[in-house]
Amino acid sequence: MNAVLTITAKEIRQAVRNRWVLAATLLLAALALSLTFLGSAPSGSNVGARPLDVIIVSLSSLTIFLVPLIALLISHDAIVGDMERGTMLLLLSYPVARWQVLVGKFCGHLAVLAFATCFGYGAAVAALLATGSEMDREGLAAFIAMIGSSVLLGAVFIAIGYWVSALVRDRGTAAGVCIGLWLLLVLVYDMALLGLLVLDRGQNMSGSVLNTLLLLNPTDIYRLLNLTGFANVSAFSGMAGLAGSATLSVRILVAALALWTLIPLIAASLSFSRREL
Amino acid sequence: MTSTVRIAEVGKWYGRIDAVSGASFELGQGEMVALIGHNGAGKTTLMKLMLGLIHPTHGSIRVLGENPAAGEFSARRRLGYLPENVSFDATLTGRETQRFYARLKQEPIAKAEQLLDVVGLGAAADRRVGIYSKGMRQRLGLAQALIGRPQLLLLDEPTTGLDPELRQTFYDAIQRLAAEGTTVLLCSHALTELEERAGRVIIMNRGVKVADGSLDELRRLAQLPTRIRLKISDLAPGEVPAWLPTSAPCRRLNGHVIEIDAPPEQKIDLLRRLTAAGTPVEDLDVMSPSLDELYAHFLRSAERPR
Repeated sequence: MNAVLTITAKEIRQAVRNRWVLAATLLLAALALSLTFLGSAPSGSNVGARPLDVIIVSLSSLTIFLVPLIALLISHDAIVGDMERGTMLLLLSYPVARWQVLVGKFCGHLAVLAFATCFGYGAAVAALLATGSEMDREGLAAFIAMIGSSVLLGAVFIAIGYWVSALVRDRGTAAGVCIGLWLLLVLVYDMALLGLLVLDRGQNMSGSVLNTLLLLNPTDIYRLLNLTGFANVSAFSGMAGLAGSATLSVRILVAALALWTLIPLIAASLSFSRREL
Repeated sequence: MTSTVRIAEVGKWYGRIDAVSGASFELGQGEMVALIGHNGAGKTTLMKLMLGLIHPTHGSIRVLGENPAAGEFSARRRLGYLPENVSFDATLTGRETQRFYARLKQEPIAKAEQLLDVVGLGAAADRRVGIYSKGMRQRLGLAQALIGRPQLLLLDEPTTGLDPELRQTFYDAIQRLAAEGTTVLLCSHALTELEERAGRVIIMNRGVKVADGSLDELRRLAQLPTRIRLKISDLAPGEVPAWLPTSAPCRRLNGHVIEIDAPPEQKIDLLRRLTAAGTPVEDLDVMSPSLDELYAHFLRSAERPR
């Protein structure tokens, strides 16, 4: 376990040094703050939506685009990049198992992402508090859940990035494949699903088929988790209808995200240990 | 003699290319072995096989009592490796890098940091590796390989980029380790450097081991002539000394200097004749075949049957 921690500490130090931590935190904070101040303006105060709920809806939509992208950017060259730079050769001559290298890197990268999310989005809450908005307990719980699930979504994409990184021959390919995956999971999948639903007109597609299709995409799991999990948010996001037909409990959704992390991570570990360098 | 590395009939194929085929040897405790051969001869592949970074297509490997191909790695605590063209994470400092590797080997951090002074990086220890020169990176590579008194050192081209003074310190350090029982396997192109130092030489050609033995054994096997160079003052142009037997070819290098290729067993006899003839010799050089020549010889004889 010591080896894992050593590698984690080194990854975090490197991320701080090459300003990954700073860049990700600033990016998320800047967007969260601008959404806080600009995003709540059009809704005004007369629609009955509290500012925190508005922020949760807009921030989670932002997260779906941004967090997977940041996660893939950090993770896509974790293995293939170190191989190309030649540092992996030396590392693997040390008494560490390859899975330890992978888990160590994973913990380090996840810590970086968690830090950026907590502080970036935390800035939004701090700004709300500073401007004197009131906050109830439910809203705050929803916000904390949103941050937690965002980190979990990041974990999914870090694991996916590692898998790609363990499979491909060079860094360029890894980057290309990761961008492709990002487009597919974040944009194309939902559009295709929407098209399918429209074409089907509710004839053949049952609720369970829809559930399965939503569970097959981690970003949809995340969306369901945040936009339907809390009554207020759900009503405001316009997801109440979907929430009614997709009958998945929070527990199942979290478990699904955990599986989405674990399976690519195990697959990455297997491909990495078979790899020769 | 206990063996640290045992390699038996090992072959490694990349697709249809044989990187190594049918290599067998053992390395004993405290041995200092030079592994030589040109690029692509399979030297680096052998080292990677010993580290378990790649798996042999056939044959078996034991390193410090473990089978590296099966993923056993606890023996790597007692192993130091310096890869060819070593590279480090550019954002960390030399000291941080050294600490990181010491932690992975579970060795005392302070001792590992002292190694930075040994290789002459003490002053640059807190600078980032990214701005290190090639020579400095190489020194850091040596420092990490020496962490924790390894029982086996695998050094791939260890002296490239080192200045002569540091080369000397480096060889002194590893010779001390070898005297204490560390097995050292050195890959190098700098054959003259290895000549006086390596107790044993293994020559590889196209993945096949073509020679293995001490330098004297290889000289005996190769039967290469010893070169005797004489400076004779009153030698007429075109004249060949009368005492010279026909079996020893001789060349004239310039007006006064002739060079004789003497078969090893005739060497002493030739010198005796020379003194008996009373030739006015001004200067005399006797050169045993160097590692360079032996290497070239074994490569030629390995190529011939093909």
